[in-house]
Amino acid sequence: MTPNVNLASHSFDQILALLVFLPVLSAIALIALHRAGWRLKRLISAVSVGILLLATIYLIVSGAGNTPQVYPMGDWPAPFGIVWMYDRLSGLMLLLTALLGVVSLTYAIATNEDHRGAHFHALFQAQLFGLNGAFLTGDVFNLFVFFEVLLLASYGLMLHGGGAARSKAGLHYMVINLVGSTLFLFAVGALYGVLGTLNLADLAVRIGQAPSSLYGVIAAASLMLFVVFAIKAAAFPLYLWLPGTYAETSAPVAALFAIMTKVGVYAMLRVHGTLFDAHTAPASLVHLIGPWELWLGIVTLIMATLGVLAAMNLRRQIAYLILASVGTLLIALGVNTTESIGAALYYWIHTTLLSAGFFLLADIIRRSRGDDGWRVLPAMPRATLIGGLFLTYAMGMAGLPPLTGFFGKAMILHSVLDSHLMGAIFAVVLITSVMLVIALARSGSTLFYRVDQQEQAIAAEKVTATALTAVFTPLIIAAAMVLFALPLTSWLHGTSNQIKDTSVYIRHALNPAVSRLHTHEPHEPPTKSTRSDH
Amino acid sequence: MSILFASLIGFLTAAGVFLSLRAQTFPVVLGLTLLSYAVNLFLFGMGRLKTDAAAVLGNSASYTDPLPQALVLTAIVIAFAMTAFVIVLALKTRAELGNDHVDGEDDASANEQGGPSA
Repeated sequence: MTPNVNLASHSFDQILALLVFLPVLSAIALIALHRAGWRLKRLISAVSVGILLLATIYLIVSGAGNTPQVYPMGDWPAPFGIVWMYDRLSGLMLLLTALLGVVSLTYAIATNEDHRGAHFHALFQAQLFGLNGAFLTGDVFNLFVFFEVLLLASYGLMLHGGGAARSKAGLHYMVINLVGSTLFLFAVGALYGVLGTLNLADLAVRIGQAPSSLYGVIAAASLMLFVVFAIKAAAFPLYLWLPGTYAETSAPVAALFAIMTKVGVYAMLRVHGTLFDAHTAPASLVHLIGPWELWLGIVTLIMATLGVLAAMNLRRQIAYLILASVGTLLIALGVNTTESIGAALYYWIHTTLLSAGFFLLADIIRRSRGDDGWRVLPAMPRATLIGGLFLTYAMGMAGLPPLTGFFGKAMILHSVLDSHLMGAIFAVVLITSVMLVIALARSGSTLFYRVDQQEQAIAAEKVTATALTAVFTPLIIAAAMVLFALPLTSWLHGTSNQIKDTSVYIRHALNPAVSRLHTHEPHEPPTKSTRSDH
Repeated sequence: MSILFASLIGFLTAAGVFLSLRAQTFPVVLGLTLLSYAVNLFLFGMGRLKTDAAAVLGNSASYTDPLPQALVLTAIVIAFAMTAFVIVLALKTRAELGNDHVDGEDDASANEQGGPSA
């Protein structure tokens, strides 16, 4: 290790460690204090999430991720030790996670949803721990471990509140993810077996040097990883667990889960983007994943739109809207140009935040009206305000101007102009958008206009102002994303450049000294003692 | 030994896949357990099979790769926790839905799809 570790990057390391260890320490404290009063638990949870939000904002604003940063655990250098990696993409994901954490925790506390089980806050913090770890790790096996952490927490959160339907959907969710975890281990084992490393950057280097006889095993292992990530992202044909899970769980949990499908997409971008970068990987492997992403994205988008049209209540409809956004993201990732990934990132922020807020709004509608299905019921109180919110969210999600959904889709469509599948992508994206508008217009008119005049309205649960704040927040951020679209898109374009040029990432990952000193001289990866020949 | 080892992994995986596609929760849990056994052995195999070798670098000329053993240990711990959780969840759904079919259907239709119930 170099002695010239400067102070700035040192405090930065501590922030990275904070992002991972603060939630896990809070979770442990919350379990230890599970007999303590609700006020204390809420305080610990809220303070933890608040600090996470401030820390992630600081990391983005300080521009720390402009060059990829490495934090070797225990100062063991890569590829022997486990490293945390931080770059702009990680920073963006961490910020989104913290934002969703704040929004859904606010809603959970405002509606007392957290009272419905003993360990809501502990599980919530454990979930944030898993998410932050997954977004920061630079090691494939560590990614597996954090996937398990976030999944185990999500199983608990998903079942929070109880009920037969929730248990049934939870069982499906858990079994498919356990199969996915097994597949993940098979893929990781195969990669280690042929390449002798699990560090992402080191894997990329060794794939570049591998003899062509190993390409078959590398491709098979990578495609297995793709299946695992497709389960998480809920891409066709592995999406059947999602609508039930998201529709049956409690609203704050569904809002937090809006980031869960994005974890799968992030993993594809991070793992496959690094392993099969055009600069390092052999030509026959570079286009291994792209066509799968593109075609599965197109089919997912079509199936999701049919689901939106067929859904019998609002929560299930929003779950299918999340699926539709996954399809759109996969299309942009499959096209795999700097421009399309930059556009995808804009759409990514939009869809994560708005679908989370939409789930909360659906819960408010359910509380005010007694049901979020299409039954004709008496009018709900404050229908103008809630209806206005619904209209705004529906326009955003379907992709109507002037909200972010429109700009995201427009940028994605603009970025695929050069693709040979341009016609198919345009047709599918535009036709499904029209169908989404029709489906959401029908839902809105059923929920708000078709009012049963005869029957007496139920005693609606009171919706507090704090709960409404949680629903407003994503819309305010979306409005800011439209107003400040130029600086945001140029920042995202830079992020996309960083993702597409993994040579910088690899150099920093394998030689932390380079990262710490912020120099840019070309540097060969250090020679590594390869795994002993057996 | 390699052929025996590989066939064992293959057999465990096949049995695990078959059982996890059953319609009752008990065989599904059993199938998931078999799958995790298979993958643990597979991880071991990826460090190459060696007998009479220490798992420590540098102490002898012949050593076995220690990293897959560390991976297996982690995987065992995680699989153990997950199995415990899925059993509890399966029992909970059994109690709430009144039967052990994965979709909560009644016994008659479950028997048609999933063989004799346990």
